[in-house]
This record gives sequence, C-alpha cells and structure tokens, in this order.
Amino acid sequence: MDTARSHRRRAALRRWLGIGTVVSIMAFVCIPTVVVFGVSVNPGEILSFPPDGFSLAWYLRALTYPQFQRAVRNSLWVTAISTVLAVTIGTAAAIALERHRPPGHRFFAGLVLSPLIIPGVVLGLGLLILAAASGWVGSPWLLVFAHILVALPFVVRSVWVSLQNLDPMLERAAASLGAGPVRAFFTVTLPLLRPGILAGVLFSVVVSFNEFAASLFISNRVTEILPVAMFNYIRNYTDPTIAAVSTLLIVATAILVLVADRIVGMSRILQIQGDR
Amino acid sequence: MAGMVLLAPSLLALAVMLAALGFLFQFAFRAFIPGSILVGGWTLENFSRVLRPLYLSYLLDTALISLYTTVLTVLLSYPVAYALARARSRAARSALLVLTLLPFFTGAVIRAYSWILMLGNEGFLNGVLVRLGIIPSPYQFLFTQKGVIIGLVHFSMPVMILILAAALSHVDPNYERSAQSLGAGPVRTFWTVTLPLSMPGIVSGGLVIFAWTCSAFPTPALVGGGRVKMIANVVEDLALEAFNWPGGAAFAMVSLAATFVLIYALQRFAPRLAGGHREVA
Repeated sequence: MDTARSHRRRAALRRWLGIGTVVSIMAFVCIPTVVVFGVSVNPGEILSFPPDGFSLAWYLRALTYPQFQRAVRNSLWVTAISTVLAVTIGTAAAIALERHRPPGHRFFAGLVLSPLIIPGVVLGLGLLILAAASGWVGSPWLLVFAHILVALPFVVRSVWVSLQNLDPMLERAAASLGAGPVRAFFTVTLPLLRPGILAGVLFSVVVSFNEFAASLFISNRVTEILPVAMFNYIRNYTDPTIAAVSTLLIVATAILVLVADRIVGMSRILQIQGDR
Repeated sequence: MAGMVLLAPSLLALAVMLAALGFLFQFAFRAFIPGSILVGGWTLENFSRVLRPLYLSYLLDTALISLYTTVLTVLLSYPVAYALARARSRAARSALLVLTLLPFFTGAVIRAYSWILMLGNEGFLNGVLVRLGIIPSPYQFLFTQKGVIIGLVHFSMPVMILILAAALSHVDPNYERSAQSLGAGPVRTFWTVTLPLSMPGIVSGGLVIFAWTCSAFPTPALVGGGRVKMIANVVEDLALEAFNWPGGAAFAMVSLAATFVLIYALQRFAPRLAGGHREVA
C-alpha cells in the first residue's frame, strides 16, 4: 500500500516538475513580447519596463512618421505582388515536379528549394551586384524578385504535400465523366489543392513581409520596406516608437495565425501530428 | 513537355538567382577600387583579408556563438517539443503550438529589438535580477556575446521546437509503453528509448540551427550593437558601409561555403540516422 502511494506521489511530483519546466521555458519565449507591449505605452523616452504610466503617444508617432508610412505602403505592395507571383509559379512548379516528372526533376526540385539555404546577405549582395551590372539599382521590382525567390520554396513545399495526399482516381473519375484536362484541373484538382495553396499563401505573406537581410542590400530610402525602415530607425534613435510599431505588427500576426489555424489547421500545415 | 512549361517560370527566376551568385563569386576575385563600384583586375587580396587576425576572429566568433546557440536551443526546445508531441490535453497542445508559432511568424528585426528592451541596463532582465538581489547593479548584457547568444537562442527555438516535435511524434509511444511494462522507470525509459529514437531530430535540427545561426544578421547587428560581429555583419560593413563590394563578396562566399558544407552534412548524415523520417519545413 505504502509503496504504491509513494510511487504515485513521485509520479505526481515528476509531472509537476515537467509542467514547471515547460512553463518556465515558455515564459522565456513569451516575456520579450510582453515587454515590447509594456514599453510601447511608456510615456517617457527611456526604454524601461515596467512602464511608469500609460500613453499612446508613441503609437501616434509611429503612425504619423512619414518614413514608416512610406515603408508600410512599400511592404504591402511588395508582399502582395510577390505572393501572387510566387504562389502562381510555385504551384505550377509543384504540379510539374509531382505529376509530370520531366527529365532532371530531382535536380530541379533541389534547385527550387535552394533559396531556403542561401543566407539573406549573400542573396542581397549578389542581387545588388547583378542590378548594378544591368541598371536595375533602386528598382522596387528588384525587391519583388528577391521576395519571390525566398517565398518559392515554402509555396512549392506546401502545394507538393497537398498533391501527394491527393487521390489521382478523382481526376480520372472526372475525365471518365467527360471533363477535359483543363476542366478537370479547375473543377477537381485545384479545389482539392486548396489547403496546400492557402498554406503557401500564408507562408509567402509571412516570409515576404518579414524579409529583411536581402532587402536591406537592394533597397534605398524610397523603396525600403518596413523591416528595413525599422532597423534603420533602431540604429539611429532610442525611443519607444519601434515598440509601438512592433506591437501593432505582433497583433496583426496573431490575428493572421489564428485565422489561418481556423481555415486550414496549423498542425496539419506543419505536419506535427501527421502519422499518429 | 507540359512539365517543362509549368516549371519554366520558376526555373527562369532561379536562373537569375544563379546569375547573381555568379556575379558575387566573380567580384570576390576582383580588386576593389576605392570610391567606385567598378572593379579592377583579378586578385586574391579579398580572401587574404579573410585570413587577417581581426577578420579571422570574427569567423571564430561566428562559429562559437553558433555552437553555444545550437546547444542551448536543443536543451530548451526539447521539453517543449516533448510536451507538444505527448501532452494528453488538446488545449495544452494547441496553447503551446500558438505560443510557439507567434514568435515564429514575427519578424527577425522585431525579435532582436525585443531583446534590446529585455537586456538593457534599464531593461526587464536587469530590473528583475537587481530587485531579487541576485546582482547588486545592472549587468552589461547588451552589446556582449552573451546577450547575442540569448537573442539567437530565442530566435531559433520555434524552429527547433517544430523540428523536434515532428521527430517525437514519429516515435511510437508503444515503444515507451513496452519499456515501462518491462519494468523500466520513466527516467530510464527516456534515456534508453525516447532520447535515442528522437536523435535524428536532434541531429538534423541542430545542423539546421547551426547553419541558420552562422548566417544570423539582425540579431547580432542590433543586440551586439556593432561590438559583436558575425560573418553577415562583416559583409554588411564592407559592402554597405565601406562600399567595398569585392571585400563583402569574399565574406559572402565564405558564408555560402559554410552553409553548403553544413547542408551536405545534414543530407549525408541525417537521413541515415533518421531511417526514413520526414523533415518539416
């Protein structure tokens, strides 16, 4: 009896020890975000936490600072255009690699995923030198191009996973019922690929909106996107304006993640509990 | 044929990328002409700069910071990943997932900035440590290697947690149950069954994080404040501050070469260890 009880007590202790460890680690993960929120409402210029009052002055400054307004506009344009293009050409590439398997498809698959491993500063300096040689320096299209490259591996990967889970019998059924290849693609294949394509859109938006290293090299004051503008501001000033901008972005990201979770299901996108 | 048509736009984009890398490679072997973006004749001078003691110390710092970051990231991520893969409560699992993903989807600049706020002399960490009486006066975390490592660990954790959670969810819990039914306690079960079976995830995750950290840029730039330099910061200093594109290109090539070696190691060793385990993006 007694050993059973001490056994149970030890198991309970271990369980609480485990929970305590995970909670402290998650505190390490989350506290910086809380501190950003706190500093953003600080009335003073000093970056202190906890805040010594409540003020929305830094939000006002963040929203009315012309360089940030321009950078937000640039960011939204670059993200929108590069996402549309990356998702379109990435979906086409995934279909080609999974279904058509052209000669050399293994090599091409590696190539399509390669931007994932190329450091941002390497890509940025390479594109800067290429742009200087071909007269594209300062063009916003250079940014769009860089963002398509960094988003492409994510799009191809998520669409590819969807394609592998798609039963080819369904397309054959459509064909046997008289649908031509184009009609079968648009009425059967594409709707079934929706989760993969949506995941591709989500990753593409997040990766493009947050891209920093490559963008720093290929943008200037006029074309710079928000992360670059924030980086330059942090280097030059030490007031809580960036905390306010960060808070707004973190809240927007949280909404995006929650909506995406509702629509597709995060753990399916990330394949965490796939095979159990 | 249809396959090639569908692939063509992506391949075109990648061909331009390869052209850019080709230009970079070429510039690394060209002479720098101060005050001009034009380059001179062929030279190995840019690589001899890489080997100067000062610059060599930046490379060494990069390797050391990456090593510490990788080890700490694995240690801190494993318990969370384990909870994510094994917790019985659905609510706990999805709470962990959301809290892990939020920083994952937040940009690197914001996260580096949050560590400026955490580590400053007036910041949260020093405030807590001083108030608890652990240290008498604020400790200089900001602009030190320790501070950069803390920021990088925080930056790497979400990816590591996701990789480890994927690896752990491929470990069949029945193995653990049979070990326990054969008389192994929970601790022994962990060391002899769970940990070895999740080793492929640790190795591949560790290599990914090491490679990733080697090319870290905004975290050392902001938390290190110019006093801690990793290889990407040297590329920026040379290429954007000194307008020395050939010099920056040489360091960029070193960074790229290091990445290729690590990815090669990943592909060479991880699949064999993994025995067919699938990797997560």
